[in-house]
Amino acid sequence: MVKEDLLYTETHEWIKIDGKVATVGITDYAQKELGDIVYVELPEVDNELSAGDVLATVEAVKAVEEIYMPIDGIVVEVNEQLDDASDLMNSNPYDDGWIAKFEIASEDELEGLLDANEYKKLIGE
Amino acid sequence: MVKRTPFYNIHKKLKAKIIPFAGFEMPIQYPYGIVHEHRKVRESVGMFDLSHMGEFIVRGPNALDFLQKTTVNDVSELDVGQVQYSNMCYADGGIVDDLLVYRDEDYYYLVVNASNIDKDYDWLHSNLIEGVTLDDVSDETALIGVQGSQSEAVVQKLMNDNLSELKYYHFIHTEIDGTPVMLSRTGYTGEDGFEIYFTALDYAEEIWEKVAEAGQEFAIEPIGLGARDTLRLEMKYPLYGNDIDKDTNPLEAGLRWVVKFDKGDFIGKEALEKVKAEKIQRKLVPFVMDGKGIPRPHYKIFNDGQEIGEVRSGTMSPSLGIGIGTGYVHRNFMKSGTQIEIEIRDKMYPATIIKPPFYKEGTVKSN
Repeated sequence: MVKEDLLYTETHEWIKIDGKVATVGITDYAQKELGDIVYVELPEVDNELSAGDVLATVEAVKAVEEIYMPIDGIVVEVNEQLDDASDLMNSNPYDDGWIAKFEIASEDELEGLLDANEYKKLIGE
Repeated sequence: MVKRTPFYNIHKKLKAKIIPFAGFEMPIQYPYGIVHEHRKVRESVGMFDLSHMGEFIVRGPNALDFLQKTTVNDVSELDVGQVQYSNMCYADGGIVDDLLVYRDEDYYYLVVNASNIDKDYDWLHSNLIEGVTLDDVSDETALIGVQGSQSEAVVQKLMNDNLSELKYYHFIHTEIDGTPVMLSRTGYTGEDGFEIYFTALDYAEEIWEKVAEAGQEFAIEPIGLGARDTLRLEMKYPLYGNDIDKDTNPLEAGLRWVVKFDKGDFIGKEALEKVKAEKIQRKLVPFVMDGKGIPRPHYKIFNDGQEIGEVRSGTMSPSLGIGIGTGYVHRNFMKSGTQIEIEIRDKMYPATIIKPPFYKEGTVKSN
């Protein structure tokens, strides 16, 4: 499932824009590929990250995957619920399974992200 | 060329996630996922396609002598209808493979790891003696595992033989719906269980369906290689390529009980006697994370800031809900209760060495 109102990356993160703040998570396709997610290493609030930096590390039973910062920004909030319930990323990847919110450094960078149609094409849906 | 087992189309139909493994296209998991599959086997029963495993037949008047020379356990202790866990070692004591040896009436049947079939065959062949023939029947053999506390009830429905009399690590020849099969009470999960070998590949799908049908009342489900690995690791059963390989020996791998020094000569004996005399330098130990963190192969193990070893297997334990692993540590640190740290992404996470197994509630009928 791909949600229409979100932006996407080629590395399977989704981004929701709300003014100056972006929320990021992994797509339904990504959670299915990973399987049962059993642990998430979250970033620290106030961390200033550049596009491509490791934002979080997600561990499934048999795999470890890094989640990348889609654009430059400063982390303002992390989803601490995932500490005890990382399976929310499997059951609800676009809502309760969000990973972090960050303040967007430059809105120009958003143009480099994929829209829903482009992402669907990428995953062959 | 990647091979497919006779159950490939069934896995497709069941919507398995299929990955290349040891030269085969194998199901790593089915739609409910590894944790669900793992619990299924721990709580009731699951079925596995293990047809990728390798099978060799050793025949001839000198078959026993040959296996005494090429395996480290004492094959002469085996009765007809009995199975033995063993290792094959190189002259330097390094492990060629771990395997099962079945003693039948006029031949021995070896079951080896899928990833080692060609290597094992070549190695055995190069050590062949007069009066012995060695046949690789892997491609003609299908293998279904049925594992879990309800496995006897499931398999019993398929045959008349009284399975309550089939002991752990023993086997019989029987039939499922007219198809000859070899059935052993063996497994790699820590639960009671059976392995069903047969060569009538044209009937493979039918036999799978028969087992599935027999298991219906226990809600049997197919189990992929992912859960097979978490199940075996919770028991600290070694996996070739992770826990053991050509650069490890059975003594440091915790497989001392498999090596029978008093049975006469065998390949690797001299080297292993030297290891025994000089005391092992490192040991494969099981450890549990004290809190967060999941160990993975090749992570470094520390004690008080000093590097003492390397992780070989690691996962989140579905039964314990915590990270577990195995690793070789220097002999000064191998005692259970020893506090260690695992380096995960440049951070240290505390862990404790334990006594095996990790999961102690298994229904496996060891004796």
